[in-house]
Amino acid sequence: MPIDIAIVGYAQSPSWERSELTEVQFLFPVIAEAIAMAGIDRRDIDFTCAGSCDYLSGQTFAFVSNLEAVGAWPPISESHVEMDGAWAMYEAWVALQHGDIDLALAFGSGKSSPGDPMQIYPLQMDPYTLTPLGADPTSLAALQARALLDSGRITEREMAEVAARNRRDAVANPYAQISGEEDVDALLASPYVTAPMRDHDLPPFSDGACAVILATADRARALSDNPVWIRGIDHRIEIHQPGMRDLRESPSTAAAGKGAGVADGPVDLAELSVAYTHQERILTDALGLGAGVKVNLSGGPLTANPMMATGLSRVAEAARAIQRGDGRRAVAHATSGQPLQQNLVCVLEGER
Amino acid sequence: MSQACAIVGIGQTKHKKRRDDVSLPGLVREAAQRALDDAELTWTDIDAVVLGKAPDPFEGVMMPELSMADALGAAGKPILRVHTAGSVGGSTAIVASNLVRTGQHRRVLTVAYEKQAEGNAQWGLAGGKSGGMGAGGIFAPWMRSFIARTGSPAHIGPMVAVKDRRNAVKNPYAHLQMPDLTIEEVMKSPMLWDPIHWHESCPSSDGACAMVMTTEDLASASPRPPAWVLSTAMRSELGMFPGRDPVRPQAGVECAQAVFEAAGITDPLEQIDVSEIYVPFSWYEPMWLEGHDLVGHGEAWKLIESGDTDIGGRFPVNPSGGVLSSNPIGASGMLRFAEAALQVRGMAGEHQVDGATVAYGQAYGGAAQYFAMWVVGSTLDAVAAKG
Repeated sequence: MPIDIAIVGYAQSPSWERSELTEVQFLFPVIAEAIAMAGIDRRDIDFTCAGSCDYLSGQTFAFVSNLEAVGAWPPISESHVEMDGAWAMYEAWVALQHGDIDLALAFGSGKSSPGDPMQIYPLQMDPYTLTPLGADPTSLAALQARALLDSGRITEREMAEVAARNRRDAVANPYAQISGEEDVDALLASPYVTAPMRDHDLPPFSDGACAVILATADRARALSDNPVWIRGIDHRIEIHQPGMRDLRESPSTAAAGKGAGVADGPVDLAELSVAYTHQERILTDALGLGAGVKVNLSGGPLTANPMMATGLSRVAEAARAIQRGDGRRAVAHATSGQPLQQNLVCVLEGER
Repeated sequence: MSQACAIVGIGQTKHKKRRDDVSLPGLVREAAQRALDDAELTWTDIDAVVLGKAPDPFEGVMMPELSMADALGAAGKPILRVHTAGSVGGSTAIVASNLVRTGQHRRVLTVAYEKQAEGNAQWGLAGGKSGGMGAGGIFAPWMRSFIARTGSPAHIGPMVAVKDRRNAVKNPYAHLQMPDLTIEEVMKSPMLWDPIHWHESCPSSDGACAMVMTTEDLASASPRPPAWVLSTAMRSELGMFPGRDPVRPQAGVECAQAVFEAAGITDPLEQIDVSEIYVPFSWYEPMWLEGHDLVGHGEAWKLIESGDTDIGGRFPVNPSGGVLSSNPIGASGMLRFAEAALQVRGMAGEHQVDGATVAYGQAYGGAAQYFAMWVVGSTLDAVAAKG
C-alpha cells in the first residue's frame, strides 16, 4: 500500500496571454506562496521536482534557470521532467513513497507567448510523418470533435454550452484569463476557426506557473488542519498516430482513472484538462463521472491555460475547491500530447 | 517502503558519428530490444517506461516520448520523460529505480538517447543562441583553475585521454576506436580550449542505452546475474553566483557523500572496485576524483600517473572508454550507470574488471551543477562483504 501523502500548500500565477516577466520571475512568487501556505521554510523541502518545456521558451536548458526560483543553495535533491507539472508531482509523490523524507515541492511553469503554438506544437508529433504536414493542435482537436459529433454523443450547441459555463465560472477565478457571461446562440453564430471548432471551443496558450507542496501523513497533520489527501494517482499514454486511435474515446484516461481509484467512492467535483470543449464529454465518460459531478468550477483550461502548469493547476484548483467546501472527493486530470494522447488522473480527498 | 531493485537487462547501441541507418525510434528500440533480450523478457512484460534525453531542440522533436510511445511499447502504460541536462541519463535511471523500489511497478524499462547528428549540438549547448562558447569553453577555465590549485602536471589530462581511448578498443559499442593513440599525439593535437586539446575532448555521437529493472522476487527468475541498486542520489545547485566554487561544486561533494553513506561505503578507494564517471574532457577525471572526495586534494593526478585508474589498476575509472570515447549526450549518463552495472554482473566482456562486486556510476550536467550517482553491487550485501 502506498504511504499517505497530502497537499499542504499550493499556489498559482494568473494565466497571462503575455507576461512581461521571465519564467523564473513569475515562478519565484508562486513557489514562495506555496511554501508560505504550507508554513515551512524552503530548506525543509527534502525533494523538488520541476516540469517545463525547453521548446516553449525557445531555448535549450531553459529549465536550468528555474532553479533560481527554487533557491537551490545549499544544494538540493532535485529532478526535472520535460512534462506538465502534474507529472513532476507524480515523481515527487513517488519520492515520498520511500518513507525516508517528509516534504516535497513540485511545480510546473511555461511561457508560451514568445512563440507561435501553431508552429511549435506540430514538432510534438511524429517527426517523419506528421510534423511535415503541420499537424497542429487545433486541427487534431477538430478531427476529434468531428468524430465525436458524427457519433451523436455531442452537439455543437453542447460544446458552446461548455465554453459558456467555463467562462461564467471563471468570473470568480482571479487566475483566469478569459471570463464573462456568454450567450450560447451568439457563440454559435460565430465563424469556424477550423470546422467544427469555433473560437470559444479553443483554449488560450498562456504564460504561468503552479506549485504544490506534498507532505507525508504525520507531517501534513502537523502543518495543516485541513490537508488534502492524494488517495490515488496514475498516468498512461496511448498510441501516438491519431489514425490508429479511436479519438472518441480516451482509454488512457480510463485506465489511469481506474488505477487512481476514481470509482472507489463518490466524486463531488472534477478539474479536468478540457482544453477543447468537446473533450469534456470524452473525459467525463472515460472517468465515469455522472451528471452530478461539478466539472471545472475554476473555469478550466478553456479560460486559463498556462502551458506545463495547466495539469498541475487542476490539482491546485481541486484542492482549493475541497478546502473551500465545494466537495469532499475530487478528481484532477492532466493531459499531454495531441489530442489527449497521455493522461494523468489523481483522486483528492478532504479531511472532513 | 524501500525494497530491492535489480538491473536484469542492459542494452546499448553502437555509438557513431551518424546513425543514418536508423530513425529516432529505431535508435531507442535497438538499445531497448537488447536490454529485453538480455533479461529474456518481451515488451509486454514491461509495466512502465522512463525515457531520458538532453534538450529536445538537439533533434528538433518536442517531447519525443509522445511520438516514441509506440516504439517503446508504452501504449497503455505509464511513461515518464526526464531531463536534467548532462546528468539526465543518470537521473533517468534513478527515477526508474525509484518506481521499483517504492513498489509502483514490478518491471520498468528505462531508455536514454541522443541523436546528435540530427542537429547542431554546439548550438544547442550554447542555449540555442549563436556565438556560444560550447561546453568546453565553459569548463576550460575551471579545468585551468584545478590545475593551478593542485599543481597537476600538464600530461595528466592527455594520459586520461589515452587511457580512455585504449579502453574503448575493448568495448565494441564505443564510438572512437584509437588503439595506438599516444600522449605525444594528444599534446600535439590542436588546442581547442586551453588546456583541452582536440584528443582530450569527447566526440559527438548518436546512441542509446537501456536497462530493465525489476523486484527481488522477479530478479531471482532472471537468466543472468543481476546488478543490485545499493544507493542513489541526486543533487542540484545554482549554476552561477558569487562565492560558488565551480571547480569543486558543493552539489557534487554532497551527492557523493549521500550515495556512499547510503551504500555503507566509508572508504571509497578501497570499497569500490570500478567507477564509471562522466568525463567529457580529460581533466574531469582528476577533478571528480577530488570533487567527490574519492581522493584528497592534490592526490588525483598521482593516482592517474601511477596507472591506478587503468583497468587492472587499484581504482579503475571508465573501463568502457567513457564519455571521451562515446558521447550521445542524453545517454552518456545512463551509459555510466549501465556500465557500472555490467561490471558487477561480470558481463563487461573485454573491459571487465576482474572480480568487481561494487561499482560506482556518476553523471553531471549543466554548469557542473546537476549530479546523479548510484552504487551497484553483485549482491545486496556486496559492500558489507568486503569487510
